[in-house]
Amino acid sequence: MSFHPKMAYGATFHKSSRQLEDEGPAFVYTPENRARFDVIIQRYPPDRRRSAVLPALYLAQDQQGYITANAIRHVAELLGITRADVEDVVSYYTMFYTRPVGKYVINVCRTLSCAINGAERVTEELRGKLGIAPGETDASGTFTLMEVECLGACDRAPAVMVNDAWHECLTPENASKLVDDLRARGEEALSGCHHVIEKAGGAGG
Amino acid sequence: MGQVGNFDPVLTKHVREPNSFTLDFYLQHGGYEALKTALGKTPDDIIALVTASGLRGRGGAGFPTGMKWKFVDKKAEPRYIVCNADESEPGTFKDHLLMERNPHLLIEGCAIGCYAIGAKVAYIYIRGEFFHVQTVLEQAIDDAYARGILGKNIFGSGFDCDVYVHRGAGAYEAGEETALLESLEGKRAQPRNKPPFPAVVGVYGKPTAVNNVETLCNVPSIVSKGAEWYASLGPEKNGGPKLYCVSGHVKRPGVFEASMNVTLRELIDGHAGGVRDGRTLKAVIPGGSSVPILMPDQLDTQASFDAIQKAGSLLGSAAIVVLDDTTCMVWLAENLLHFYRHESCGKCTPCREGTDWLHKILQRIERGEGQMRDLDLLASISGNIGGKTLCAFGDAAVTPVLTTLKYFRHEYEAHIKEGRCTLPAPWRAQHPVGAH
Repeated sequence: MSFHPKMAYGATFHKSSRQLEDEGPAFVYTPENRARFDVIIQRYPPDRRRSAVLPALYLAQDQQGYITANAIRHVAELLGITRADVEDVVSYYTMFYTRPVGKYVINVCRTLSCAINGAERVTEELRGKLGIAPGETDASGTFTLMEVECLGACDRAPAVMVNDAWHECLTPENASKLVDDLRARGEEALSGCHHVIEKAGGAGG
Repeated sequence: MGQVGNFDPVLTKHVREPNSFTLDFYLQHGGYEALKTALGKTPDDIIALVTASGLRGRGGAGFPTGMKWKFVDKKAEPRYIVCNADESEPGTFKDHLLMERNPHLLIEGCAIGCYAIGAKVAYIYIRGEFFHVQTVLEQAIDDAYARGILGKNIFGSGFDCDVYVHRGAGAYEAGEETALLESLEGKRAQPRNKPPFPAVVGVYGKPTAVNNVETLCNVPSIVSKGAEWYASLGPEKNGGPKLYCVSGHVKRPGVFEASMNVTLRELIDGHAGGVRDGRTLKAVIPGGSSVPILMPDQLDTQASFDAIQKAGSLLGSAAIVVLDDTTCMVWLAENLLHFYRHESCGKCTPCREGTDWLHKILQRIERGEGQMRDLDLLASISGNIGGKTLCAFGDAAVTPVLTTLKYFRHEYEAHIKEGRCTLPAPWRAQHPVGAH
């Protein structure tokens, strides 16, 4: 099917790729996450609980690593909206995962300023080092490699985001070292260099 | 360093100091005095002051902030300030710096904004990738509550104000003001038809002022130093301090604060250290990936809203991306259309389908599989996207195509004639695997 005489319809991209979410194990928030949810929901008018869908999904993802159909059901019940409403949001925003991901998700920024400073070479190094292509998770479930669009770190290009932490000004060599560090020291290796603004140009990093 | 020429920074003066983000530091340097001053005036006084200052929105459009606040429907209750901290325009990283190193300035701006339009709640919508900044901002908000600077009856004035941070989850389109409101309401970040504008029907259907981080950060200094002082900092109708983000092929990329009297050449050659050794400047994107490029002979253009527009581009978010002679402009268009194709929210057909088509054509030209008629096809598709979508995304998405075709058509033709990329850059992958 095509809407244009000369172009194939977007076979890989905009075509609906709706899949039923992984049901996953039974899901309810831990008491700690439920307490966090109860604080967050106070920020919005009482008749606008739906506003909390993004923070509620972040809590679910933090708890379980990814979003399952059971997590969607739990969030929908807490917010008083339908499962479809929640799934609509989950499938739109790129920071929610609907399949298990590695313990460390390495997101390499691929947009202009990072690209012209060597982001492709960083991705190439990580592909070789981890033995996976962007979008894939290694066999041990430790690393997922992704290419993402502009992180807003253009002055420290090329930049990667590992889980929620940034690592900047990368070369293939220190990207490789970052993987070694993560293997050796775990989450402690997630420091980022953005606090060293004295070294950066301009008013700050 | 952070200072350009003799300009004394207003927004980023202290950002390099170790504790610049703490409440104590902020109070020691005169913080929250502007809020006290504002609470001693009437809300209409504040709006009149901001209008007189000529402050224009720093998010990209440059719309006068005072006018935006004036348009907020004062008959409906409640009203809201929504701060757009979804900084996502490729090349832009100024709000990141403000929130990480000077978060109380933003909180003070939010509180004054709330007072001016009669709101009691401000939501700061921050992009999901700024989690490390969000923790700084949330700590600053907690500290402000603990000292009675936010919450009930601020400084005994009877004014109540709450500020909340709302985290996005990876969507460029959420930076569009109505899409941001949709996202804040717990839906997909897709734009609404305008009118009605957010000033009348905003978040939860209530009057809302949506302001960029840098815009709100300008408000405290206007209140404390006056509208005339503010306007006098820059050229007519382009007053106040401005943050410039310089990135790409320069020696010292970074955020620079200057008045809008500064020229692109001063920013690029002077403060960012110029193009890297052994290379020459090929083109400059002056306001983020969504604006037309400027050529090396236009570098003496003043980096103000009006002068850049007169030169044929837009100041946008003041994100200056510097491109040297290693940059293939077909590749550049392909890289940016990959971005726009990925970020198109899918609501309007011309943009959803058209960005995918444009990207496919650019990919095949870049690979050396294009035909001359593809150049007309690119122009034709672009013409059927621009101006035909609900929000400005469509116009933004076709700009990299139209602007490179305009100035670098010979590079497209060379790709097609020679059947390969004629300018493979040294910074590209050694073994490209194709786009994903």
